[in-house]
Amino acid sequence: MNSATLLRLTDVSVHFGPVRALRHVGLQVNRGDFVALIGANGSGKTTLLRLLHGLVAFDGSREVLDATATQVMVFQRPFMLRLSAINNLHVALWLARVPSAERAARAAQALQRVGLAELRDRPARALSGGELQRLALARAWAVRPQILFLDEPTASLDPSAKKEVEALLAGFAAEGMTLVMSTHNLGQAKRLATRVVYLDQGTVRVDLPTDRFFSKVAGASSDARADLFLKGALTWTLE
Amino acid sequence: MNDFAQSFATALDLITAADAVLVHTVALSLGVSGAACLFGAGFGLLGGAWLAVARFPGHRALVTLLNTLLALPSVVVGLVVYLLLSRSGPLGSWGILFTPSAMVIAQTILVVPLVAALTRQLVGDSLRDGGDQLRSMGAGALTCALLMLLHDRWAVLTVLLTAFGRAIAEVGAVMIVGGNIAGVTRVMTTSIALETSKGDLALALALGIVLLGVVGVINMLIGVAQRGRGSALAGAR
Amino acid sequence: MDIGMNLRTVSRRAAVGLGLAGLLALTAPAHAQERFIVMASTTSTEQSGLFPHLLPAFKAATGIDVRVVAVGTGQALDMGRRGDADLLFVHDKTAEDKFVADGFGLKRSDVMYNDFVLIGPATDPAGVKGKDITAALAKLGASGAGFISRGDKSGTHAAELRYWKAAGVDTPVGKVAGYKECGCGMGPALNIASSSDAYVLADRGTWLSFKNRAKLAVLVEGDTRLFNQYGVIVVNPARHPHTKTALAQAFADWIVSAPGQATVASYKIGGEQLFFANAKP
Repeated sequence: MNSATLLRLTDVSVHFGPVRALRHVGLQVNRGDFVALIGANGSGKTTLLRLLHGLVAFDGSREVLDATATQVMVFQRPFMLRLSAINNLHVALWLARVPSAERAARAAQALQRVGLAELRDRPARALSGGELQRLALARAWAVRPQILFLDEPTASLDPSAKKEVEALLAGFAAEGMTLVMSTHNLGQAKRLATRVVYLDQGTVRVDLPTDRFFSKVAGASSDARADLFLKGALTWTLE
Repeated sequence: MNDFAQSFATALDLITAADAVLVHTVALSLGVSGAACLFGAGFGLLGGAWLAVARFPGHRALVTLLNTLLALPSVVVGLVVYLLLSRSGPLGSWGILFTPSAMVIAQTILVVPLVAALTRQLVGDSLRDGGDQLRSMGAGALTCALLMLLHDRWAVLTVLLTAFGRAIAEVGAVMIVGGNIAGVTRVMTTSIALETSKGDLALALALGIVLLGVVGVINMLIGVAQRGRGSALAGAR
Repeated sequence: MDIGMNLRTVSRRAAVGLGLAGLLALTAPAHAQERFIVMASTTSTEQSGLFPHLLPAFKAATGIDVRVVAVGTGQALDMGRRGDADLLFVHDKTAEDKFVADGFGLKRSDVMYNDFVLIGPATDPAGVKGKDITAALAKLGASGAGFISRGDKSGTHAAELRYWKAAGVDTPVGKVAGYKECGCGMGPALNIASSSDAYVLADRGTWLSFKNRAKLAVLVEGDTRLFNQYGVIVVNPARHPHTKTALAQAFADWIVSAPGQATVASYKIGGEQLFFANAKP
């Protein structure tokens, strides 16, 4: 069953105690999409990502239309066990029930893919920010997920590390992976995404293909707040 | 001060002479407390890890109980185990009162709450950091907890050393359930207690120094092993 | 390095270690086939050093090992009632007779006696020195000098209370000015007396082996009322069928026989005989 839609959220709300993190959100993730979630801090981007991945309790409907589509999430600060880089990959492969005969090869291949082959035996927690992010991507890619969720993957990286990570993500998308990524960086969204979703105070205000999303900036936008956000942000984050 | 100097000298004499009774007493101490530590580790690590992941009504009460058991006096444990293993008690038919087995059981009971409480804290803290990530990677609750034990292995080692210290240093439990029988259930701590009550304070202190020396050597060996593990398994902060 | 394989190796090694440790610690019961009995005796008897002298002779004669659990007389009798010991070797005739009368023991036999001595500071501030224990305690009570009692329901404690009663003080606690109970064995009580220059009633055996005398000395001895009678009782198999009655009886028979009594009498500390064999033929 090769449906185009992989995940569908309908009228979903999430609250943590008195705080309403998401309100009546409707969203669809289709095969081959590269969705960028943008919005101010506290707008609900991380909660939405975690909800899509199935980590959060909610009201409403979350349909997984292709149950075989494996999902992996890369968190903002990736957690690595106190093991070497390659052993962290081994653990991920083991948890994903990859047959033991294939694990060594897939682990080495994944490190190669992200350019960390020489650091295979380095303690994972001793890696630099950019190396850590790449290791997290290797860990995700080794498992060959259909959907990859990323929470602000380049937020704490310097420009060159940022470029390396963006190149990897573009490569994954080209290989057919579906990606959903939250980001502050509008230029990044414009460069990588096929679709941009703007979140404000827990609701989806705008959900458009990338070129249509950004062209609306020049003209009148259907959403005044989105317009303000884009205008306000554009002056300092478009790189 | 003269007492201490004399005791140090006596301790050195005892060690170099390697008197058969002393060697047997030390070996029994290490064996009983080592076994208690291993069994305690088994129950305590699993129990503590489980408590860190499990959520059920009464969970908080159980944790409070566990933390309270940290203050169990060893003599109380000894008394309870004695009453259980006594011929007039429910487990009398086992016939293990006044044998090293009874001592191992008592010390295991003493050590399990310690290991469990500390492990729960360790694993709980690590789960706050990385529980989501592991869950997202497909790890079930128990697998998460066990991976965190691997992640925190050096801290776990310290916990086990603490447990071993608690076991080998206690005298209340082994005295009651072992009976301090010469050549059978007499360990270092009960020997020290006996010599003290006989008024031979210098010898008692010397035995204490020997005991500390033995534990010190064990810790040194562990330290060497720790430094030797510069391989991929050793993690940085 | 496959992490799965690592976990397996670690758990295998742990299992082996656990097994070995378990084996090591549990070898004692495997010797259940060995001929041994558990004898409940008192701390003062153990501290007198009699057992390393007495028991090897018994083993040579019969091949039976005696495992002595030395506790206070009260606890020893309790062990007998519970069936945790095969025989008793204590020194409190009244309690022992009751033990037999209540059906916990087979029969009580006299074995030996040693004596109590009143120990105190060599300067003797209460002026108790002499041969009369009753007079001594009466003077002590009036003087307000410190007195350490074991307070642990031991045979020694019971004897001590009897002497106070004979001196006209029914319960010394609270009535005698310097009276302190430590709830401890003979050795610790002597330790406390030695460090606080107090008086204490002790059995001669523990005193002779006691190494922390400081300024203490024997002040009252030789009063026949100070004699401390030891008895041996085999635990009644009707109450506790699992006990090793035959082996325990072998000890009871041996210790009242000529060789046993001779061994008891031959035990000396510093050339002084401690125990006087008085088993009835």
